[in-house]
Amino acid sequence: MAKSHKPVVWFPFAAGGTVIAFFIPVIVFLTFLAALGHVPAGLSYERMHAFAGSGLGKLIIFGVVSLSLWSSAHRLRCTCFDFGLRADTLAATVLYIGAIVGSLLSAVYLLQI
Amino acid sequence: MSRRPLVRECPPTTWYFRQPRYLRYMSREITSIFVGAYCVLLVVALQRLAAGPAAWEAFLLGLRSADSIVFHLLALAAASYHAATWFNATQKAMPVQIGEDFVPGNLISGAHYVAWAVLSVVILYLAGVF
Repeated sequence: MAKSHKPVVWFPFAAGGTVIAFFIPVIVFLTFLAALGHVPAGLSYERMHAFAGSGLGKLIIFGVVSLSLWSSAHRLRCTCFDFGLRADTLAATVLYIGAIVGSLLSAVYLLQI
Repeated sequence: MSRRPLVRECPPTTWYFRQPRYLRYMSREITSIFVGAYCVLLVVALQRLAAGPAAWEAFLLGLRSADSIVFHLLALAAASYHAATWFNATQKAMPVQIGEDFVPGNLISGAHYVAWAVLSVVILYLAGVF
């Protein structure tokens, strides 16, 4: 039976698209407030450190960051192709490796907290 | 007899100017650039958080620049546009059938919008915005 690697790419892509849609706008808004100089109380070091220090917090943060990275990498690959970059294998390799490295780094950082 | 298949001319870099719907498609595509860049910022933020209180405070202070505000506005618009188009697509991607009838598509998308609003308000509340 022919096997396809597509589900492996597609599942995190679809999950990541949903995660981005539900979580990223509000997270961007929070750091936007910080950019304006009104740092929300929840973004203080103590609160963020406590959240990222808990097991559930680590899991949530890792899930949001890694799925968003993977989904973005997959979408950027399609965007490159649509803008006329036909070196798809190169774009896919660079972007997917970037997403994997970013996910591994965030796991390492989370374990350090 | 030589085979001469029809090859439709398709300019690889300007094809999307042909049709408004292609332009709408591409406007959604380019939101991935800002969302992707913001994801990189999130990884950097985690690194700063792991590096200790001084690094985290410096990171928050570093966000306060005109460039950062412009970037955040673009990322906010891109992420919201992604969310809206994603929820609009849910009714096509996962139609729900009850008995003989399909649940109205707008109900499926609407439920996602409601969940999005509730989740965003909860996160803003937990983050101490209000």
